[in-house]
Amino acid sequence: MRIAIASGKGGTGKTTIATNLAAVAAAAGRRSTYVDCDVEEPNGHIFLKPEIDRSEPVTMLMPVVDEALCTACGECGRICRFKAITLILDRVLTFHELCHACGGCALVCPVRAITERPREVGVLESGTARTAGGAEVGFLHGTLNVKEAMAPPVIRAVKREIPADGLVIVDAPPGASCSMVESVRGADRVILVTEPTPFGLNDLAIAVETVRTMGFEPGVVVNRDGAGDDRVDRWCDEKGIGILARIPDDRTVAEAYSRGELPVDAVPGFRARIEALLAVLDETGSAPGAAPGDDRTSDAEVTE
Amino acid sequence: MKELVVISGKGGTGKTSILAAFAALADRCVTADCDVDAADLHLVLDPRVKRTESFSGGVVARIDPARCTGCGRCEELCRFDAVSALGETNAAAAGGGTPGGAAAATRYAIDEIACEGCAVCAYFCPAEAIDLVEETAGDWFVSDARFGPMVHARLRPGGENSGKLVSLVRREARRIADEEGIDMVLVDGSPGIGCPVIASITGADFVLVVTEPTLSGIHDLGRVIELARHFDVPAMVAVNKYDINMDAAAEIEEFASKNGVPVAGRIRYDAAVTAAQIAGRSVVEIGDGPAAEDVRRVWNRVKYVIEQEEH
Ligand code: SF4
Ligand code: SF4
Repeated sequence: MRIAIASGKGGTGKTTIATNLAAVAAAAGRRSTYVDCDVEEPNGHIFLKPEIDRSEPVTMLMPVVDEALCTACGECGRICRFKAITLILDRVLTFHELCHACGGCALVCPVRAITERPREVGVLESGTARTAGGAEVGFLHGTLNVKEAMAPPVIRAVKREIPADGLVIVDAPPGASCSMVESVRGADRVILVTEPTPFGLNDLAIAVETVRTMGFEPGVVVNRDGAGDDRVDRWCDEKGIGILARIPDDRTVAEAYSRGELPVDAVPGFRARIEALLAVLDETGSAPGAAPGDDRTSDAEVTE
Repeated sequence: MKELVVISGKGGTGKTSILAAFAALADRCVTADCDVDAADLHLVLDPRVKRTESFSGGVVARIDPARCTGCGRCEELCRFDAVSALGETNAAAAGGGTPGGAAAATRYAIDEIACEGCAVCAYFCPAEAIDLVEETAGDWFVSDARFGPMVHARLRPGGENSGKLVSLVRREARRIADEEGIDMVLVDGSPGIGCPVIASITGADFVLVVTEPTLSGIHDLGRVIELARHFDVPAMVAVNKYDINMDAAAEIEEFASKNGVPVAGRIRYDAAVTAAQIAGRSVVEIGDGPAAEDVRRVWNRVKYVIEQEEH
């Protein structure tokens, strides 16, 4: 089962939920993998402290023009929608920061003057983390090189390495645009982490709209419960969105986080909350819309 | 006119709350919300929208099923996995069935969210069945807000090209400031280090990086500072909730000064920040708690430094 953890904005506790879920599942003897798709600011490694055993560059294919062959016909510049290759006077210039690596120019060049060569835009790393009890958590993340603008190619590279089996927890980047969408695509379930404040609700509403457009029915985790008011609850109720868990507002969680510790190990009572969340996720299965309180769960309760 | 952009390595560090307080403390300013993915500034500044414009992020490809022969060339060429087969359909329906109905053709469709709009599929489609259509990626607004004009935007779900929208919002904010003779533009930047934040800071006069005293805060700060330096924008750092972890706060300040980035100040952890949000106000407007006091000090410092720059 692949679960994507996302949020409308950063700092809501996405990484906390994702890393602790992966650790708790592993501690219960399950095959579990944590995947950090927040390639602009990957932070999961700070908490899981994995041993990295594989590291390789993520590349994008960039056009290289053989000037000896080029006839300056300008076809490549005409097909390129990103102004990454253009004919200026009688020379073809390429602007690699603008290139999306669609391959159009190489395909269209009538004299095959364009070849594509890989350019490094980020790094992909994988390894194994160990929980306090010694259980193994698979670890996978990507890091976008600073000054690179395009995160999706690195996210796609990370996603290609996701194992097919076991519990996979994908830590998605915040927001509602291309990077978040790319990270969530292909998941079985989506969890949105939010806070009970006006900012929290505003960003949650955007994230819900985005994942619903993609065909997901998300579940919500309310972090820092008690710090704000009940507007998130009321809204979720109105929209028929299940609240899967609540993590009480607790300064010691923030403190553990600040030290790079997993709250399941450092904060009393936290483990039980994450275990309960995992149980809810198992109970409701991988059906995208299933949330506690819907038909499936009530059926199960009746038969028990 | 000076443009200050408040950014953070990641979201949720209190960037927007601090910017809203700055807006309250400035005499008069133009504000711009460039966190277009998760715009929140309007929740505090109460903008009344005067002008709405739609924003086109670019084009997306669309297949006309009537013209598609099901050859699959588009799927082969698309490097973004945006094209997928819809499944077997009757060959007759696809335009060329054999009598027994044995041959079945596959129809194709394009996932607009995954499509990068490169047009390669359309260019090479032998049936000319693919059109490129303008995608409305979002809207942007010019408003009257509580402390002056405000420019903000709303990206449609999954909308592309937020970097372009960010540049547009900033340009408009500066134009309004020029026109109305307002000498301060306050920009709520985007988190991260990718295209939106690059668009948030290029050409700005000054960047304030809001960070938290956590290990991830230190990690992210390094990347943001490198970015600001690359784009040649002077930066300062403010440590929010600094008393959550004093050691990490000290480490951040040391890291910043070692990298030649001055520290604008520390802001204490204070429940009043959330209370202000709930009241739809900035923290300096609801009382004089620790955070309000600290934010005032940071603002004075930042303002002083920006004014010094002028001379
Ligand atoms: S299409 Fe090929 S020959 Fe024509 S200008 Fe581009 S590189 Fe040169
Ligand atoms: S325009 Fe480019 S990205 Fe979109 S479907 Fe066609 S080939 Fe794929």
